[in-house]
Amino acid sequence: MNMPINQVPGRRSRRTTAAMTVGLTVCLTAALGACGSGDSGSTSSGGGDKVGVSLVLKTLTNPYFVSMQKDAKAQAAKDNVNLTVAAGSTDGDTQTQITAIDNAISRGDKGILITTNGDAVNAALNRAKQAGLFVIALDTAPNPASVADITYATDNKQAGKLDGQYAAAALNGKPAVIAMLDLFNNQVVSVDIDRDHGFLEGMGIAPGSKTENGKEAKTGKYTGGKGGTYTIACHQPTQGAIDGGRTAMENCLSANPNINVVYAINEPAGEGAYNALKAAGKEKSVAIYAIDGSCSGLKNVTSGKFAADAVQYPGKMASLGVSSIAKLARGGSKPSVTDGKSFHDTGTALVAAKSVGGLTVQSPSQAASACWGS
Amino acid sequence: MTTHVDSQATPAPAEEFLNRPATPAQRIQSVLHRQPALSPAIVLVLAAIVFSLVNERFYALQNLSLVAQQVAVIGTLAVGQTVIILTAGIDLSIGAVMVLASLMMSKLVADNGWPGGLALLAGAVVAIAAQAVNGLLVTRIKLPPFIVTLGTLSVFTAITLIYAKGQTVALNPGNILMWSGQTVSLGQLNLTNGVLLMIALYAVVGYALRYTAWGRHLYAVGDDIEAARLAGISVNRVLLSAYMLAGFTIAVGAWVLVGRVGGGDPNSGLNANLQSITAVVIGGTSLFGGRGVVFGSLIGALIVQVFVNGLALAGIDPNYQVLAVGVLVIAAVSVDQWIRSVKS
Repeated sequence: MNMPINQVPGRRSRRTTAAMTVGLTVCLTAALGACGSGDSGSTSSGGGDKVGVSLVLKTLTNPYFVSMQKDAKAQAAKDNVNLTVAAGSTDGDTQTQITAIDNAISRGDKGILITTNGDAVNAALNRAKQAGLFVIALDTAPNPASVADITYATDNKQAGKLDGQYAAAALNGKPAVIAMLDLFNNQVVSVDIDRDHGFLEGMGIAPGSKTENGKEAKTGKYTGGKGGTYTIACHQPTQGAIDGGRTAMENCLSANPNINVVYAINEPAGEGAYNALKAAGKEKSVAIYAIDGSCSGLKNVTSGKFAADAVQYPGKMASLGVSSIAKLARGGSKPSVTDGKSFHDTGTALVAAKSVGGLTVQSPSQAASACWGS
Repeated sequence: MTTHVDSQATPAPAEEFLNRPATPAQRIQSVLHRQPALSPAIVLVLAAIVFSLVNERFYALQNLSLVAQQVAVIGTLAVGQTVIILTAGIDLSIGAVMVLASLMMSKLVADNGWPGGLALLAGAVVAIAAQAVNGLLVTRIKLPPFIVTLGTLSVFTAITLIYAKGQTVALNPGNILMWSGQTVSLGQLNLTNGVLLMIALYAVVGYALRYTAWGRHLYAVGDDIEAARLAGISVNRVLLSAYMLAGFTIAVGAWVLVGRVGGGDPNSGLNANLQSITAVVIGGTSLFGGRGVVFGSLIGALIVQVFVNGLALAGIDPNYQVLAVGVLVIAAVSVDQWIRSVKS
């Protein structure tokens, strides 16, 4: 398990523990200043008055959203935008998001960019629209999609589909024993459903439901690639974290030791699954399919931990969102959706070490120019 | 949070022999009173039997090994949580401190090039210091532990986020920090060093609670803080020692977590606060303090993990595990209340 050493750009090094412990309060005060006051500290460079924009993220524990925040801040500085960032404390924390939306309304912001944590934020978003704010959903369309004025997203279903098509082609007619490592079991989030169902459809398996995971037939035939028989070994929640992914994979392996295909909702879940497989001595014979496209995820494709990784571009969604609202507030036109889709698609691509069955893939080194995080 | 208590702490069952209870119910009460871990142990055995009947893969040693590995992080944290709850306190920040310590250990090695051993020590120092802050706020400022740790939960979580910037940190497998994740085979059982660390911790803390003056003082403080003070026990020192010992167990838990995750991940271990409390409560330790044994918490943690694993093997919707845990918590607290209602 040769893992790369992470380099976060612009990190201050040489932090001693003593300074850490003593500086806790200092650090916290500084942080509250950065996260709570809403002053992005951007220097005036655009035309006209400052435009207020709120960026409301799922969490800030996930590099995916941290990358959104980074690119949104950079764009805000360029466009003379006053950017306020808020985030839920955990995946699914809608209360913090609702508060942030209400704050945006009372602050007189021109628009909100949000990666929603669930349908509970809909009423607040409708209030914002009534108050004249332009609402852009990032990454995941709200449910129903009309709650946002427009969604800038990766087609999560398409991302899952690319993984599934590759998985089916790579099996080359062999029977598939599939572990489905989902996000949650206690709430429905569209990203969870879309990726899961996309993967199944990519393999040529009917999901059996539009709104729920785990409703497909447990055994049958998959039609992707050369086709063959399949068994769904398990659906387990991972919370999108490494430890959750590991526990889920361990339990799946106990239930069915013959698993040869693993769908993982995101890279951390895939990482945890790999740890479990490695501990069981099965990492060579099982293909893990992840979705995200972080720089460390690409390295996992290079090293063979992941068979493939569907990449997304979170930073692009956020910076586009900021500039759209800035443009709109200064009298420009509204952004439009991608042809044939209900949202503005910022793209997805499949990264794999080699192409199978004539599918278009990017190599990890090709994809590295656009990867995010570390 | 003390109630009027009519009987003394676990390690002194002498009185039971003098006035033998008459009715069968009272007899059960007194047995449970002396053996707080007995009822959860029965639940664990029953659950294991049921899951074994549903799917024979359950009792395969390979599967039981996995359950042991899965329980290692929460099981370790539960040691510290038990010690705090025995003092009639509670620690809501225990998981947040663990995540902070595990990220620090990983980042100091991966980003700052520290040797693993030194990073481990640094993480331990931070965990113990963080718990010392909790302990000092409880003893010096006289705030309720629930409120203190509710506040520090947010503080420590925020520090973690600021420090980690949401990034996961991967470590090389040869590092001492990863030692806790290495497999140890005992015949058919494939445990990890982390599991052995957890067991050692239970043995040491269990012994200290049962056979040392410190342990007796801890029970006394949890049972009736005023009586303990009048008896000449330096209550504040005992309370502070409980929080700092918990800090040490958190450091061990962080090490186990790093081994399991393969580095630091700000998203791993997020639910550990409540999971550790759940383990302690199901394990028969009284939230009112002064009654319970640390070993019960291991059984409590195992019960939860056996449900997760058993239901996964049975192919049942994982939501039923959440339901089962909720029912078990209510049942455990009810049993505790029933035992307290014994009229001596």
